[in-house]
Amino acid sequence: MILIVAEQTNGVLSKSAYEAAQAARQLQSELPDGGEVTALVLGSNVAAAASAAGLIADQVLVADLPALAQYDAEVWSAAVAQIAREGEAQVVLIAGSRSGREYSPRVAVKLDAPLMEDVIRLHYEKSGEAGVGVLHAEHYTFLSRVTERFEAQAPVVVVTVKPGSFAAVAPGTTPAEQFDVDLELPQRRLKVTGSIKEKTERIALTEADVVVSGGRGVGTQEGFAQLVEGLADQLGAAVGATRAVVDAGWRSYSEQVGQTGKTVQPKLYVAVGISGAVQHLSGMNKSRCIVAINKDADAPIFKITDYGVVGDVKEIVPAMIAELRR
Amino acid sequence: MRILSMIRQVLDAEESVRVRDGVVDLEGSKLVMDTMDEYGVEEALRLRESGTGAESGTPLEVVVVAVGPARAEEAIRTALAMGADRGVHVVTDVALDAIALSAVVAQIARNEGAELILCGGQQADWDSQALGAATAERLQWPQATWTSQLEMKGSTLLGRHEVDEGSETFELPLPAVVTTQQGLNEPRYPTLPNIMKSKKKEIRREPVEAFGVAPKIKVLGAEIQVKERMRKILDGKDAAAAATQLVKMLREEAGVIA
Ligand SMILES: Cc1cc2nc3c(=O)[nH]c(=O)nc-3n(C[C@H](O)[C@H](O)[C@H](O)COP(=O)(O)OP(=O)(O)OC[C@H]3O[C@@H](n4cnc5c(N)ncnc54)[C@H](O)[C@@H]3O)c2cc1C
Ligand SMILES: Nc1ncnc2c1ncn2[C@@H]1O[C@H](COP(=O)(O)O)[C@@H](O)[C@H]1O
Repeated sequence: MILIVAEQTNGVLSKSAYEAAQAARQLQSELPDGGEVTALVLGSNVAAAASAAGLIADQVLVADLPALAQYDAEVWSAAVAQIAREGEAQVVLIAGSRSGREYSPRVAVKLDAPLMEDVIRLHYEKSGEAGVGVLHAEHYTFLSRVTERFEAQAPVVVVTVKPGSFAAVAPGTTPAEQFDVDLELPQRRLKVTGSIKEKTERIALTEADVVVSGGRGVGTQEGFAQLVEGLADQLGAAVGATRAVVDAGWRSYSEQVGQTGKTVQPKLYVAVGISGAVQHLSGMNKSRCIVAINKDADAPIFKITDYGVVGDVKEIVPAMIAELRR
Repeated sequence: MRILSMIRQVLDAEESVRVRDGVVDLEGSKLVMDTMDEYGVEEALRLRESGTGAESGTPLEVVVVAVGPARAEEAIRTALAMGADRGVHVVTDVALDAIALSAVVAQIARNEGAELILCGGQQADWDSQALGAATAERLQWPQATWTSQLEMKGSTLLGRHEVDEGSETFELPLPAVVTTQQGLNEPRYPTLPNIMKSKKKEIRREPVEAFGVAPKIKVLGAEIQVKERMRKILDGKDAAAAATQLVKMLREEAGVIA
């Protein structure tokens, strides 16, 4: 069995589930006895997500419980490990979201399995000992400058899938069978006492085709709103920011792109007044087309730019907005 | 009470990375303590300085732990100069993946009777985020990851951390593992007197063999894969003309906007 933990938010199946399903289908075709692609849906009021999962997997296991209304690393890892064990999963695919990367190590320890983190490519080699495949994977290291290949040989391997690295699988038309599962869940020990949700009317940063990000070069919080949001509005883009901007309090941390923020790989990334520090590049250097506007012709961002303008963002960006409006 | 703070050495972010024969070559490059680990050491020192544990008569002790080659001792020295009490260096030239490494850390935590482990939220080199959670699992402790605020009240940690969308405030009973995130604090620089003092501090060396762990992941190779960029850079002196040309290229040449 290939197990995918299908993430959902408010009952809606996440994009990551479709990407994991794509990875699972590929492995299924490569494994000598790939078995079924099984989607596990955890949460409360997740009927819609479970139905959607039925169109991308061979079977769906559902735990729809009030106790699962809120994510918890200990609870999630116990649930996933139990299902993986009972179903004799060969591979467990987990979204490389913040939560996925947080609980997956606990799953790996529980299963005494290797953990492959944040993979961008996966491939089964038949060269292993009789009956045992060897899972090959690739991921980025050294602030996304290096691509590393690695392998794990074990009866079960836990994998986190980097968001945006696999194409979303096209849903089928015949729904797969659904089964309710009984879980033995541990007590939560991390008590959540308050939550600050970052809401935005815009498309999610990690799912957007176009991202416009601003750096300290926009000058002020108002400058950011005017230039970066103004341009994003014209392009239907998500908004990103550098750490310098977040540290200055101009924007919230949820918009930070880079090593310690989010990783994006849109079709188009527009860097407005961003110097291009390696920690920032780490979060966006896989974008298909990179555009930069910076008044310093020697700014490092221009080294990884496809199209750039050396100039003042306060002049160039309004001119771009005007041009796009025409 | 004892806090373990995990530290490691990474390539300085300003250095360019080189790959030779399919392996990242760090020879001759500047290595520094991972910033994420500096946050952990700083936070441990702040907890000690806030007087936590003083009521029990035994002040809190900060032990820094590094698992790595001989040169990793430099990172321990830096942490001791920042103010940590002593160091443990598990010496190995073999890179252990986080799951294997967590078995080492868990054993040290047990031997030391530690009640809190601070660990970097994400490695600046291999990018792993797994050590904290894997260690917590081995010890059957709870965890908080991506922590940007922390304080200790008796045997409870109060803090704030980043989650999928936004952030949460939390309470966590000790013993526990906490992983760090930017914003947690501003790591201090070692002062000269502290550097002098640190030279007398103990570093205990232990061979990795004593822990009986083997890597679960085998690295096959590495490549620097940077996408070729066109670098068509326009002069923006005439803003309107530059904007017109840029938008035209994005539409017609790159085809990335409608
Ligand atoms: C552990 C660690 C993690 C980090 N993680 C991240 C991360 O996740 N994301 C991140 O972004 N950074 C991160 N950083 C910080 C990073 O090193 C840089 O400090 C940061 O990215 C700089 O942001 P910036 O480009 O907005 O600011 P600056 O470096 O100050 O650049 C501003 C740019 O704007 C240009 N400019 C100024 N005025 C104008 C104008 N009027 N018109 C046009 N251009 C103008 C300047 O020429 C300059 O190039 C991290 C650092 C560390 C140590
Ligand atoms: N070899 C090591 N020695 C000490 N600490 C480590 C080592 N490897 C990882 N860590 C810690 O774990 C953090 C995250 O990396 P990882 O363990 O792989 O999840 C690092 O920033 C360190 O705090």
